[in-house]
Amino acid sequence: MSPEELEQIAETERERQAQFKHTIKVCVAAGCVSCQSEPVKAALEREVASRHCEGECQVKGVGCMGLCAQGPLVGVGNHTLYQGVAEGDAPAILDSLNTAAVDRLICPTDVPFFQMQKKIVLENSGNVDPERIEDYIAVGGYTALMQAFGEMTPAQVITEITRSGLRGRGGAGYPTGLKWSTVSKAVGEKKYVICNADEGDPGAFMDRSVLESDPHRVLEGMLIAAYAIGASEGYIYVRAEYPLAIKRLRTAIKQAERQGLLGANICGSRLSFYIDIRLGAGAFVCGEETALIHSIEGRRGIPQPRPPYPAQEGLYGEPTLINNVETFASVAPIVRNGGEWYAQIGTEKSKGTKVFALAGSIKNTGLVEVPMGTTLREMVFEIGGGLPEGHKFKAVQTGGPSGGCLPENFLDMPVDYENLLRAGSIMGSGGMIVMDDTSCMVDVARFFMDFCMSESCGKCVPCRVGTSHMHGLLTKITQCRGNAYDIAQLEELADLLKQTSLCGLGQSAPNPVLSTLRYFAEEYKAHVEQQQCPAGVCKNGHKDE
Amino acid sequence: MRRMGNHPRGLIESLHTVQETFGYLDLDALRYVAASLRVPLSRAYGVATFYHFFSLRPPGEHTCVVCIGTACYIKGAPQLLHALKEELGVVPGQTTPDGKVSVLGARCLGSCGLAPAVVYDREVAGKVTAQALRDRVAKWKSHVS
Repeated sequence: MSPEELEQIAETERERQAQFKHTIKVCVAAGCVSCQSEPVKAALEREVASRHCEGECQVKGVGCMGLCAQGPLVGVGNHTLYQGVAEGDAPAILDSLNTAAVDRLICPTDVPFFQMQKKIVLENSGNVDPERIEDYIAVGGYTALMQAFGEMTPAQVITEITRSGLRGRGGAGYPTGLKWSTVSKAVGEKKYVICNADEGDPGAFMDRSVLESDPHRVLEGMLIAAYAIGASEGYIYVRAEYPLAIKRLRTAIKQAERQGLLGANICGSRLSFYIDIRLGAGAFVCGEETALIHSIEGRRGIPQPRPPYPAQEGLYGEPTLINNVETFASVAPIVRNGGEWYAQIGTEKSKGTKVFALAGSIKNTGLVEVPMGTTLREMVFEIGGGLPEGHKFKAVQTGGPSGGCLPENFLDMPVDYENLLRAGSIMGSGGMIVMDDTSCMVDVARFFMDFCMSESCGKCVPCRVGTSHMHGLLTKITQCRGNAYDIAQLEELADLLKQTSLCGLGQSAPNPVLSTLRYFAEEYKAHVEQQQCPAGVCKNGHKDE
Repeated sequence: MRRMGNHPRGLIESLHTVQETFGYLDLDALRYVAASLRVPLSRAYGVATFYHFFSLRPPGEHTCVVCIGTACYIKGAPQLLHALKEELGVVPGQTTPDGKVSVLGARCLGSCGLAPAVVYDREVAGKVTAQALRDRVAKWKSHVS
């Protein structure tokens, strides 16, 4: 395919869409699907058919619109958004097309939740149909790829990424440009690009949403990466728990192959690139890059000591580039608009935007994309709409089981990689869970330790035995049978795990314990000294066993 | 398996296919896969037990997956598990003795916006209450198939 052909497809698709007077967009990402958005879409389609207005009104499935708490969401045109739509509302919505909107369903879009976001990764989510490549091309999809192929050398692409200051969105925040240039310099018979979509953090669903809403964006990012580093094969490692994302990815790959955007001699260039999907099978540790590589090779997902880094010796012993879904999704806009443009957004050391999944005790649960440096207060109380009535903010948990719980006095901290690390938490993949006064922080720490214990692969002793010991101690404390010595031992074990574990899982497993010990010491104290739980969670012994 | 050229690296993919078709991995299936891909049975078994997604026991007639991710946990997943234990006498990972219902725990379904979430036979339900859950499984229990 040539740039002209691409423009031709875009033009045809735009013309096709322009003939419709009205476009009704129904969210078909997993959040809304689980509150029955598909029957709503079918009802709208039936209603359109029964009124014989197929020529001027189209009903299309689109990706996530963000406000998952109020689903199913239906958008009409560019300005009206309906929430909590049921099948029976279809006639009313069609009636309203030429008149005023249906008041009882309207979802206000002039609120901070929508106004304070800056969408780069999610710019197409909720606008394009994730199952049609033409729709993606019509909004400028794959033009960044053409630009890279036609006007830039691989080295220039890497320079542009480096200039943008983009850092790995999987959690650790390693500079993406540096990673790309390391892989491009590495020598090997073959090189691989892997997209890490094994989003194992409980409470995080950004990657799933991106894959379900805009799969072509990820493919485009991977293609540009392949061009920059000279790779010929790519894998997307995605959780088997995300059937919808897998289905959409498969469709997207097929469409891209049919258009000649994937396969041999892409767009007449010398680059050949194939993408295949590999399914995860429910192992959190496979998010660690060496474990992930083992899993793709068909083995147990067990990490191995680094170096050698995957950039030198990765999949099948060849140089391998591994990036997260969100990182790849950020690539196309950077190439299109230049690294400088991206670097203007965000803070000094953390550039660009970050997608966060807001969940827990908060009004507007859902997906938000904000510039780096937005404060926690803005995120929780303005965008998130605060806590449900009658509840008091206690902590916000970031970074999943490897992160920490931050109390109220950190609310005004701008969120970026360094600040979170200093506060004893991590950015992680972007899960953000708000807890109120009904959560017991010791119990939360125990919950995360339970998670790390069962997800530990068992290769290294500190992690295998340490997590289990810490879990035992925390269980004892939550059953109000602990003493001051148990807390001292917890601290000692936490330090040991941090220093001696082989991979990130073990090294970060103590984070929830350490951060709660640091900020909520009085809760631990109450458990061991007065034998009671201030939140009233632990009084009847153990919760879930 | 053939798609991967009967190569050992296709092990996980093959196990996925087997489980999708038969619902679980029995010893015969593991033997067959191991032999076809020329990997030791011990490795096939090792992989099958390492990943939580694979099950070596047949599932019950109905499955009920309770999400115990962080968001669901703080929004009341423990109460749901408690209700299931009272109603069915099983904890996650077990099937009722009559083979009717399997209860599983999942580490986040990615439906945190709808916490607490439960999957009844592949259909995701959000904002589940203990009572709704009890009603649903009671119906399964009494249903004679």
